[in-house]
Amino acid sequence: MPRHRLLALLLAAFTLLATGCAGDDDVDAGGNGESADAVDDTTDFGEDAAAAPTAGGDAGEPANDDYEQDDVASGDFPVTFESAGQAWTLDAAPKRIVSLSPTATEILFAVGAGDQVVAADSFSNYPPEAPTTDLSGFDPNIEAITSYDPDLVIIASDANDLVAGLTELEIPVLMSAAPADIESGYEDMAEIGLITGHVDETADATATMRSELATALDTAPETSMRIYHELDDNFFSASSYGFIGAVYAELGAENIADEADNDGTGFPQLTEEYILESDPELIVITDQVSYTPDDVAARPGWDQISAVRSGNIVVVEADIASRWGPRLPQFVSAVAQAMSASAGS
Amino acid sequence: MVAGTPAARSVAETRRSSVDDGVGAAIEGAFVAPRLSTTAVVATLVGVALLSTTIGAADLPVAGVLRALIDRLPLIDVGTALTERQEAILFQIRLPRLALGLLVGGSLGMAGASYQGVFRNPLADPYLLGVSAGAGLGAVLALGFGLDMGWGPVGAVPAAAFVGAICAVAGSALVARGSWTSPAILLLAGVAIAALFSAAQTYALHRLNDTLAREVLSWLFGQLNTSGWRQIGILGPYVAVCGLVLHTHRRHLDVLRIGDDEARSVGLNPARSRLVIIVAASLMTAAAVSVSGLIAFVGLVVPHVVRMLVGHSYRMIVPLSALVGASFLALVDIGARTLVAPSELPVGVITAFVGAPFFAYVLWRRAGVSA
Repeated sequence: MPRHRLLALLLAAFTLLATGCAGDDDVDAGGNGESADAVDDTTDFGEDAAAAPTAGGDAGEPANDDYEQDDVASGDFPVTFESAGQAWTLDAAPKRIVSLSPTATEILFAVGAGDQVVAADSFSNYPPEAPTTDLSGFDPNIEAITSYDPDLVIIASDANDLVAGLTELEIPVLMSAAPADIESGYEDMAEIGLITGHVDETADATATMRSELATALDTAPETSMRIYHELDDNFFSASSYGFIGAVYAELGAENIADEADNDGTGFPQLTEEYILESDPELIVITDQVSYTPDDVAARPGWDQISAVRSGNIVVVEADIASRWGPRLPQFVSAVAQAMSASAGS
Repeated sequence: MVAGTPAARSVAETRRSSVDDGVGAAIEGAFVAPRLSTTAVVATLVGVALLSTTIGAADLPVAGVLRALIDRLPLIDVGTALTERQEAILFQIRLPRLALGLLVGGSLGMAGASYQGVFRNPLADPYLLGVSAGAGLGAVLALGFGLDMGWGPVGAVPAAAFVGAICAVAGSALVARGSWTSPAILLLAGVAIAALFSAAQTYALHRLNDTLAREVLSWLFGQLNTSGWRQIGILGPYVAVCGLVLHTHRRHLDVLRIGDDEARSVGLNPARSRLVIIVAASLMTAAAVSVSGLIAFVGLVVPHVVRMLVGHSYRMIVPLSALVGASFLALVDIGARTLVAPSELPVGVITAFVGAPFFAYVLWRRAGVSA
């Protein structure tokens, strides 16, 4: 009996503690905390916009410890966007962004919105200053997300009914799925720039990317070349239906995965006989697999493949070669160099 | 021969016929004569194997393939019309894959039949004992966390899958505290262990990056991609030894079906027989799963098909399940390799598509019989 009573007491105490914490949060948010600031900021934006509509917003902004307003083009707000069937209006630039997409995280930092990001998912490992947390984009936990008190959540896929949950809580959510090709990647980037209040920086970043890409593309050899991009040793590959596989077409190469991708998934599983038969001249693998180019070359029968015979198996960084993002030119440049090298061999 | 019938019949034969008379009424099909069905099963196997060598994503000339095959026979030299690359496709990719399909299918079929006999439960299969879940966890750990478990030529994933499978079986046995006489307890222990291992596997999978997660997932779906003949060499000895043990113990299963007391009365130690059969079947499954990933329904469905052909004696069911299992998986793999060529379907998905409706049909019929 006493033991039971103790247990009940403990339980009661725990419950009290839990509700107490929740209550504290409420007070915080409504009193001295973020909500109040948010209201103030909105007013500020309104005034600023009226006073200096063209300003990039360098002058006359009140100091704010939450974020640097200098970079935000306040004149662009309110901004309206539609995502996953839901329309949102942002009266001011979001300053507590939670990014559950490594691509979005890279873009946010590239367009100067890095200061507005309060949390990024566990795979957001670039840039180094990104506030990586243990939040998951694949299996998102809505309570964990809301504990960062976000005013914008960016996701790559609507797992666990996240969009509906966040909509219920009136937290704006932007769905930014992996783009199908390079050009629509720029559009996604522009949208993120607009919503976060960094239109000018986004334009700059995009222009830089475009010129870097053009430079990288120029270094590719003129001759066409058969390429096999291997994702794992079950022969999953990237076809031109996805932007990674599409890079090869941009480089004037022939991606052997294209013929196998009847459904247009972008990531078909090739059958080994076909790989040998189509005889790729360059094989690209990533640094996240558990094997090396030597292992690939040693596979039985693969000594019949031109790329293996001439030693043209290159390793690319998986993070760059799986995300559309500001570092895409690095991937293109690495592949272009490999193509030049194997064209010479 | 006919004159001495009652006396000449071995004890096992007598036992078998009594079993057939007593229990064997659940699925009463028109049983083909055993010798005839054995011939049919072997012929099917040979046919499927030939079909497999001539069909594939790469467009090899059929005549050329046959000539190259004959050329490889000892003492025969007819030359080959295939190019060097075509030879590599045939001998380094297509044939090892066929061999792997035969070995894995045969192992799963034979182990499934043995499990069903030992537990007197037509639903018993490698999944229920946690073998597959254990192998899955081992593979995920090896792939995802860089556990370097390779032994010599054995890769890290097969090795870890093997260890995981053995751990799961041992775990099930421990939980059941050696209650071999109560198959239900062991099966339920297997369910508990499998649930635990699956949970651990799902958790581990969550911590992986996309590339590794995809690698693990495609392994979990089951695939027969080989590293040439090397894996056959690794798998072969396990299959041979365990297969031999199961084959020589198949009559024990017929005795165990009647009951432990009856088994003791004819001088059999039921607990020991069960242990030997379970260990051999588990080892065989673990070896197969560690190479091919999880291929569902072969171990469950194949023995039922064989039962429809030859009745309820394990003397026939165990060896024929090996042969039918081998044909079945090789046949299904032709589909995996060619249905969406040059892309590929996971073979485990096809076995489930074929196996699940068939199994539902078997259950439906049984329900009709017992009602």
